[in-house]
Amino acid sequence: MNNVDPVKALQVRFPKGIGDVEERSVSRVYVGVDAGMIRDIAGFMFNNLGARLIIMTALETRAGMEILYHFSFDQLGKIVSLRVVVPMPEPRIDSITPLIDGAEYIEREIRDLFGVEFTGHPNPTRFLLGDDWPEGVYPYRKEHRGKYPYRTEEETAAMRDQILHKGTK
Amino acid sequence: MEIDGRQLGNLSRWALKKSPWAFHLNAGSCNNCDIEILDALTPKYDVERFGITLIGSPRHADVLLVTGVVTIQTLPRVLHVYEQVAKPCLVVAIGACGCSTGIFDGSYHVVGPVDKVIPVDVYIPGCPPKPEAIIDGVVKALGKI
Amino acid sequence: MRTTIPVGPYHPLIEEPELFRVVVEGERVVDIDWRTSYMHRGIEKIAESKTYDQVTFLVERICGICSTSHPIAFCNAVEDLAGVEIPDRAKYIRCIVAELERVHSHLLWLGLAGHYIGYHTIWMWSWKYRELVCDLFERISGNRQSYAMIRPGGVRQDIKPSEYKGIVAALDELEPKINMFIGAVLDDPVILARLRGVGKMSREDAMKRCTVGPVARSAGVDIDIRRDFPYAAYDSVDWKVITQSGGDVMSMAVVRLLECLESVKILRQCIDQIPEGPIVEEIPEVPVGEGIGVEEAPRGECFHYIRSDGTNSPYRLKVRAPTYANLPSFRSRFIGERVADIMIILASIDPCYCCTNRVVRIDDGTSVRALDEKGLLELSWQRTRELDSQHAHLSRRLLEL
Repeated sequence: MNNVDPVKALQVRFPKGIGDVEERSVSRVYVGVDAGMIRDIAGFMFNNLGARLIIMTALETRAGMEILYHFSFDQLGKIVSLRVVVPMPEPRIDSITPLIDGAEYIEREIRDLFGVEFTGHPNPTRFLLGDDWPEGVYPYRKEHRGKYPYRTEEETAAMRDQILHKGTK
Repeated sequence: MEIDGRQLGNLSRWALKKSPWAFHLNAGSCNNCDIEILDALTPKYDVERFGITLIGSPRHADVLLVTGVVTIQTLPRVLHVYEQVAKPCLVVAIGACGCSTGIFDGSYHVVGPVDKVIPVDVYIPGCPPKPEAIIDGVVKALGKI
Repeated sequence: MRTTIPVGPYHPLIEEPELFRVVVEGERVVDIDWRTSYMHRGIEKIAESKTYDQVTFLVERICGICSTSHPIAFCNAVEDLAGVEIPDRAKYIRCIVAELERVHSHLLWLGLAGHYIGYHTIWMWSWKYRELVCDLFERISGNRQSYAMIRPGGVRQDIKPSEYKGIVAALDELEPKINMFIGAVLDDPVILARLRGVGKMSREDAMKRCTVGPVARSAGVDIDIRRDFPYAAYDSVDWKVITQSGGDVMSMAVVRLLECLESVKILRQCIDQIPEGPIVEEIPEVPVGEGIGVEEAPRGECFHYIRSDGTNSPYRLKVRAPTYANLPSFRSRFIGERVADIMIILASIDPCYCCTNRVVRIDDGTSVRALDEKGLLELSWQRTRELDSQHAHLSRRLLEL
């Protein structure tokens, strides 16, 4: 397993699912992947090739919602990032949590911040944002670029009065 | 020092000054300031020789040490703790985040500095303030009594 | 019958969502879940409106204890994106600062672990010797924490040759103390009884849950970013990766202490070998593209991803702190353990201290029992006392409860 080139193995196993391959350097490879096959491909990377899932990055671009799955091959000294693009305004993709336990909280965080729906996720509940944060507002989407004050001065003062001066009103 | 419009009596003032119990409240800090507060307890600075001791429950606190910028999730908690604390209580805002929002200004999850939600008596700026600065600040706070 | 224990911050009698939620049956844990919203300040989003240089100050304050790791990982990402190699002197300075931080962080952890199991002497001693490292940082960089030493392209401040002697003198003073801690921890029968076999995780589980850092190495997983993805001067000095096979809290303590010794070894070599030369390679323009930077923080792998659109600010910055990767390991490590061991297992992955401000509320359906942080610590200390009485005939140099 240690001498297998992971990208070649992917291309052999998934001839239709693997798109562009960019080798930026000997330790950084970016692979375009078909979003519909992500669960199989991520499972292959994790179970068959022995990769470690580092994290997933989501970002909104003009092409849609781009999600990168960063896998590390520690023995080879290579980080292979799988790139998928899913269409806006309702981005949705299969969850890889059933295959990779560590992905559970990563996908919950992306759901909180970007509003991506991970189908098949066992526990799609709030993780990163506060309980008072309104549903349906995704702060990392480009529509919220720039200052984004959540609570107005009046709302903060009202909560302060309610908790500190209750009983005297 | 006034509480409910009455001046604090001499005995109470003496008791508060001589052995203040401090409760440490983290409102959303990166831990730099929290570590420096704990450092003040260690042998090099040894703040316990001044009678200052950290306690586990806010109900018995004389001094409230608040670090960090207040986030949306911690806002109600900070208010609840302040409500639970027995008055009179001195509130000390520690660190650049606690005094002003610092570098987190404009973030969507940040409410603001500590004095936006509870009244603050002493500000100790720094990122993080050294344990000497924290001790100096607490002593100044006690001097206000 | 199952009970849910919310383990959250502040006051015990307030209805509040939990930082950690632990489900117990009797006195044993069966499940755990967690939230991280308390300290969330939206740093990644703030970074989108700051310049690359300003972001180094921002990421330093993600977690105060790893305050060199995040800037190094971020600058590694910028240098990966721009295709720039930093000068050799800068590589050695980054190495020196990173290894000093590792020693300081591990000693800090040792102190907290000691406090949680009731060995306050260990806490006081390890934090006292940690002051040596803090003083050194103050002399080199001007601050005890948040050193602002790292910038894209190199380092911000030089270490003057007149400082080398002082660094070596501090290392000479520190090394025997670290050896003392190793001896004290490994020899004490009560510490062994308290930590051995607690929070155990197998190697397969460690790999399945994608753990990193000392948590993974304590279970026999041989990964270390300094060797696998070399950066700074790690490929120019002689050192080895420390692994253990126990997978329990004791193994983690051993890994961390032995790593302190390796760090001292690396530091001595860096001071010996550091070349003359410039400390920064200016990056005139950050091109369109993406970059990844990884770094071995004291807690594990720190990962930064940058997408650039050619402007002065990152289009997207993604930060993965090492503690995040180690939290899922709780699922393997908590199940079947005692409630009294919750504190030490939570502390063993070395999370940011803010995660350890705790309160436990035990609700068994008929009455509410409230325990504040002191109460939860009491449970832990009580367990140590029980074990101590079993070993009463052996030496008890350090136990002070």
